[in-house]
Amino acid sequence: MQLDAKIPEGALSEKWDSHRFSTPLVAPSNRRKFEVIVIGTGLAGAAAAATMGELGYRVRTFTYHDSNRRAHSIAAQGGINASKNYRNDGDSDYRLFYDTIKGGDYRSREANVYRLAQVSGEIIDQATAQGVPFGREYGGLLANRSFGGAQVSRTFYARGQTGQQLLLGAYQALARQIKAGTVNAYTRCEMLDIVVADGRAVGVVVRDMLTGEISSHSAHAVVLATGGYSNAYFLSTNAKACNGTAIWRAHRKGGLFANPCFTQIHPTCIPAADEFQSKLTLMSESLRNDGRIWVPAEVDEARPAADVPEDQRDYFLERRYPAFGNLVPRDVASRAAKKEVDSGKGAGPMKNGVYLDFAEAIGRLGRDTVEARYGNLFEMYQRITDEDPYQVPMRIYPAPHYTMGGLWVDYNLMTTVPGLYSIGEANFSDHGANRLGASALMQALADGYFILPNTIAAYLSESLGVDPMSTAEPAFKQVETDVIKRMDRLLDANGSRTVDWFHRELGKIVWEHCGMARSAEGLTKAISEIPALKEEFFADVKIMGEGDSLNQTLEKAGRVADYFELAELMCRDALHREESCGGHFRVEHVTDDGEAKRNDDEFTFVSAWSFEGDGAEPSLTKEILEFENVELTTRSYK
Amino acid sequence: MDVTLRVWRQDGPNRPGAFEEYFAPGISSHASFLEMLDIVNDRLTLDNREPIAFEHDCREGICGACGMMINGQAHGPQQGTATCQLHMRKFRDGAVIIIEPWRAAGFPVLKDLVVDRSAFDRIVEAGGYITVDTGSAPDANLVPIAQEAAEASMDAAVCIGCGACVAACPNSAAQLFTAAKLAHLNLLPQGQAERYIRAEAMVDTMESFFGSCTNHAECEEACPKNISIDFIALLNRDYIKAKWRNGRLAAQR
Repeated sequence: MQLDAKIPEGALSEKWDSHRFSTPLVAPSNRRKFEVIVIGTGLAGAAAAATMGELGYRVRTFTYHDSNRRAHSIAAQGGINASKNYRNDGDSDYRLFYDTIKGGDYRSREANVYRLAQVSGEIIDQATAQGVPFGREYGGLLANRSFGGAQVSRTFYARGQTGQQLLLGAYQALARQIKAGTVNAYTRCEMLDIVVADGRAVGVVVRDMLTGEISSHSAHAVVLATGGYSNAYFLSTNAKACNGTAIWRAHRKGGLFANPCFTQIHPTCIPAADEFQSKLTLMSESLRNDGRIWVPAEVDEARPAADVPEDQRDYFLERRYPAFGNLVPRDVASRAAKKEVDSGKGAGPMKNGVYLDFAEAIGRLGRDTVEARYGNLFEMYQRITDEDPYQVPMRIYPAPHYTMGGLWVDYNLMTTVPGLYSIGEANFSDHGANRLGASALMQALADGYFILPNTIAAYLSESLGVDPMSTAEPAFKQVETDVIKRMDRLLDANGSRTVDWFHRELGKIVWEHCGMARSAEGLTKAISEIPALKEEFFADVKIMGEGDSLNQTLEKAGRVADYFELAELMCRDALHREESCGGHFRVEHVTDDGEAKRNDDEFTFVSAWSFEGDGAEPSLTKEILEFENVELTTRSYK
Repeated sequence: MDVTLRVWRQDGPNRPGAFEEYFAPGISSHASFLEMLDIVNDRLTLDNREPIAFEHDCREGICGACGMMINGQAHGPQQGTATCQLHMRKFRDGAVIIIEPWRAAGFPVLKDLVVDRSAFDRIVEAGGYITVDTGSAPDANLVPIAQEAAEASMDAAVCIGCGACVAACPNSAAQLFTAAKLAHLNLLPQGQAERYIRAEAMVDTMESFFGSCTNHAECEEACPKNISIDFIALLNRDYIKAKWRNGRLAAQR
């Protein structure tokens, strides 16, 4: 298979403009003749649906939530990057582009990333006009903060709730279109499969989560904005319902899956307290600005943190990375913490964390300043752990957080299935092997507001005058039958173990072997263990209730079923990628002093996997990454 | 710790419901309230009984999906805390915990603890937005906004749309939710053009679903984001103004 990324010709800074000029448009009077389905109403989906509604397309949105306002974009804390250069500190589109490419360890596409930087400023304009209450200076102009991986201050924020405010902005824009009648919104309605006919995406099959009714919807194009797949690890910072079903179903129907092994482990999360832990809570990365990270110098230290004298503490980040200290990028900080915990120096009753200590900061700045900066985070920490971080150091540990991999898309954000688009975290396009902080919101909104609504016109214009396929066609009926069969199989198993039990077991395998450190041996083991667990799941899972009413266990089971297959592909991709880059760390590929060692000669490509059938090995297609504008260098934070 | 739960169970909308009692021994005090329910649900499943349906998602107090009456209090005993952030250490060993869905005619029960909160979406659709098509926005720094104004707007904008305010209100009124959205937009310069249309449309829509506010302030007490009832005063003011002002003189403020 040949992959054509459809990158426009011309200079980097002119590609997006010339592409928009050269692609066909749909005239305003014709737009109402086109139907577009958008799955997911997070930042990317809501922004895209609202914008396409404004343009005049007929849009249908689907979300499994009770309201379009609840997607997990809402939980993003820190901020959103934009190359406004309001601080006059040397920022530019090119610098944001460069930082993102470098931060992604040179595994993303230059043209896409440059376009992301180009539209970043417009996102801030749009959000501000919508009433997003960004933080401001006393003079009334917008404030910025700095974030990891950048030397300029370009992050806009709304307290620690930037994702919430941006999502509400998009949700409200969507609400306006729903009222205007351009968007028809289906809530509590989960997409369970995609329908492909004559090589094109023609619609979806969904389940009404209240009545269990399975129905089909057809359209000229389908957009998947369904987020990432970190819940393959079971314990992650993702919301409980986040799942990979939509993108996995699309993959099974011909959508290539790109870089599944590129997952981001966030360094500052609250460690698990016990077996029953249902998810992990992220603490903003900003804590590393003033907190000092350490572990006891001795293995199996039994004394409480306060009793460990200064000379028996190991401030391992400051020791290993004197230049960046506690502010090294996420992947580096996470791996360093793992190394200490693995060596038995972990903090806490389960020895599964490292200390993040504010004693020095409180001494230097005073308690009031620390409280003003981090008060809400300290409160959140205390609420969860019942420990007072003003008195005893916090305990933190890395947790799965974001997935850079996703459906392969070309420059138009179209997958390898014509008519099927993927935007936001669901695609693979912009973050390479590691995402920088405050870039997820930027990418989701860039895709949703500014890119997809433009690029989709080219595809739609081809089918002017053609109605969407009738849902009475066999292509739809067949998929409906398949979906019902899959559900019945789950309901009929009537085994002896719960869905969560299987999900936890899967998570343990993936975390152990495809988490922060990966080895050929471990990955090979995982690749044999996961299908076995999947088989056991279908034979022994127990789901109470029926399919024809609200059944949360059944919903969960369908998602976990798809996670088995996705997790296996993550491991296969990780095994194939014989290098360490970004969030992907192979223990076999390290420098003499234990740092990640990239292999640009052999692995400067996107791994795009095709589904070849149940039980068959997936096949790999490579999209070679051409770097015409930046020089590949080794990231060093020492 | 051991706790006894009395949980409202209801098969579906407009079906009779009843309390059922479950003994939940051996729960860690570090477990969150929802993790306790997870454990109970797994035990129910293995015991061939249908698990308790309840809504939840982010489990960090921001998505607004979760919410239940716990011993008669919306989101339970801890102030400024959504159900998902409540931990079992807030209960004593041996406690009896009564769990009910939000109780409000505007939020019909769908199953067990799950209710239909779509009326909130209708209120926002009525006018809880600023009309600005994508691409038509001016530069973000064109309009300076006093920091205090931006902060006040944000104080209202933090609403997570959970519905606790309605559930806690003896009248099942949705004033705090509606006021928070109105204030978020009406306190900003960008929100002025549609300020009074918005106030009128949102309040009228609200009243078609929910009861009337009689200043009990239970909503503020129950709000997991500590949103102040001062915003309700702002809602009342803008609504009254909206009723008598002349839209054609909007520029003459």
